[in-house]
Amino acid sequence: MLGEWILALSEWLLTLTQGQEPWDAYARYLPRLMDGVWVTLQLVILSGIAGFLLAIPLALMRIARSPGLWMLAYAYIFFFRGTPLLVQIFLVYYGLSQFESLRNLGWLWTDVLSQPYWCAIIAFTLNTSAYIAELFRGAIQAVPVGELEAAQALGMSRRQQYQSVVLPRAFGIILPAYGNEVILMLKGSALASTITLMDLMGATRGAIARTYLSLEFFLLAGLLYLLMTALLIGAFRLLERVYNAHQHATHLSVKKLDAQLRDEHLEQQVK
Amino acid sequence: MRGSKKFLSAALILASASLLAPNAMADKIRIATEGAYAPFNFIDSSGQPGGFDVDIALALCEKMQAECEIVTQDWDGIIPALRARRYDAIIASMSITEERERVVAFTDPYYSNVLALVAAQGSDLTLDPEALKGKNLGAQRATIAGQYLEDQFGKIANIRLYDTQDNAYLDLAAGRLDGLLSDKLPAYDWMQTEAGANFAFKGEDIDIDDKVAIAVRQQDQALKERFNAAIQAIREDGTYAEINAKYFPFDIY
Repeated sequence: MLGEWILALSEWLLTLTQGQEPWDAYARYLPRLMDGVWVTLQLVILSGIAGFLLAIPLALMRIARSPGLWMLAYAYIFFFRGTPLLVQIFLVYYGLSQFESLRNLGWLWTDVLSQPYWCAIIAFTLNTSAYIAELFRGAIQAVPVGELEAAQALGMSRRQQYQSVVLPRAFGIILPAYGNEVILMLKGSALASTITLMDLMGATRGAIARTYLSLEFFLLAGLLYLLMTALLIGAFRLLERVYNAHQHATHLSVKKLDAQLRDEHLEQQVK
Repeated sequence: MRGSKKFLSAALILASASLLAPNAMADKIRIATEGAYAPFNFIDSSGQPGGFDVDIALALCEKMQAECEIVTQDWDGIIPALRARRYDAIIASMSITEERERVVAFTDPYYSNVLALVAAQGSDLTLDPEALKGKNLGAQRATIAGQYLEDQFGKIANIRLYDTQDNAYLDLAAGRLDGLLSDKLPAYDWMQTEAGANFAFKGEDIDIDDKVAIAVRQQDQALKERFNAAIQAIREDGTYAEINAKYFPFDIY
């Protein structure tokens, strides 16, 4: 076992010391990997937004009193959270194409369902919306009762209450968890390479197929995924600061506040 | 500087080779195949690998009087895993190419291959660059067909590369691909099935002097020589012809 490790390591060292070849390969394939990064970002951002929009009606259905509505949403969420993403991608891409009638749908087939790009976005959207809907359901139920009572006291209709109080509050509550879900989706998006899409993973596998530098290119791909994750974390931090400003207000200088409003306990924390 | 690095690596290899020696004495050869490349290799209804490659592998093992274990491995990881010592040889319809020869050693060939373009029977697709402009063309990833498409038509056509040949057939049948560039023999086999019945070869075969051989690690020269001797032996005693006839009505050597 130890011998095998030493052998593998020394073989790898040997390839690094032999001539310029790996560096040529990096130079040739790095632009393709960067194209892949761009495709990956598109997949994650588009499905992240579409999944979010789809999650709102799903969450509202999920907490509806009518059994027809909540059971439907429950079944949807149960299916998409309970099956592997890879299965869902294959169902959308290879599964749908088995139906003759779908192939006669004109542009819907030629421009959307026959394209691996849109099939990946559809599968990712359906998958992530199930998770986000569950986040939303929890958040809606976590909106403080007092705020709802205040809204009622102002004479808001049920629709107004949801539009101006419940949903915006719920959005603030799910924001950190939503960022988490988008990062999970970023990593899940590597599965798009299985349906011929040249995302970062697809481009990496393509480079390895030509150069056999698997360790090097997988490490490079890992690094690029890390960078994208860092970017997403930063973006969500920013969003949280703006949207949940009340939770981040402690950076304001407490001393400038009216003496009546000063809270010694809070000041202790800030120091 | 470079010399001393090389010396260091060579010393490490020698050291590890001596550590490995007892391992090498146990005469068990682990052979990888893909299992998604009918009729050369596939997983049969009982879950066992079968096909031309597997039959050849078993015949060679019998000649070498070696104990063999057949394992399956996804195609685009098949060479990396050989180098990582997951198994000792690849018998999976692998063509000898310059790029592969830099990282593995090949035995003498055990059959020959040409590439062919497959499209729907009514299609007027040919290998003419004009006719291929903007078309969706498919091939399996990390194959000579895939490389040929990328190198020759990568700029004019839309190239899609699949994890397995079977997935490429699915998309060809679904109409997502206008054409599939494939090794001719497996495509011939697919056209005999119901799914492939409406497809035909288009244009001339592409003969790129493609020889299919067994891949081993570059340092395993002794194993390579044993395979070579066994290939010659099954050619001479008629075992090869017998296996060939099971799959194709013509000689593929």
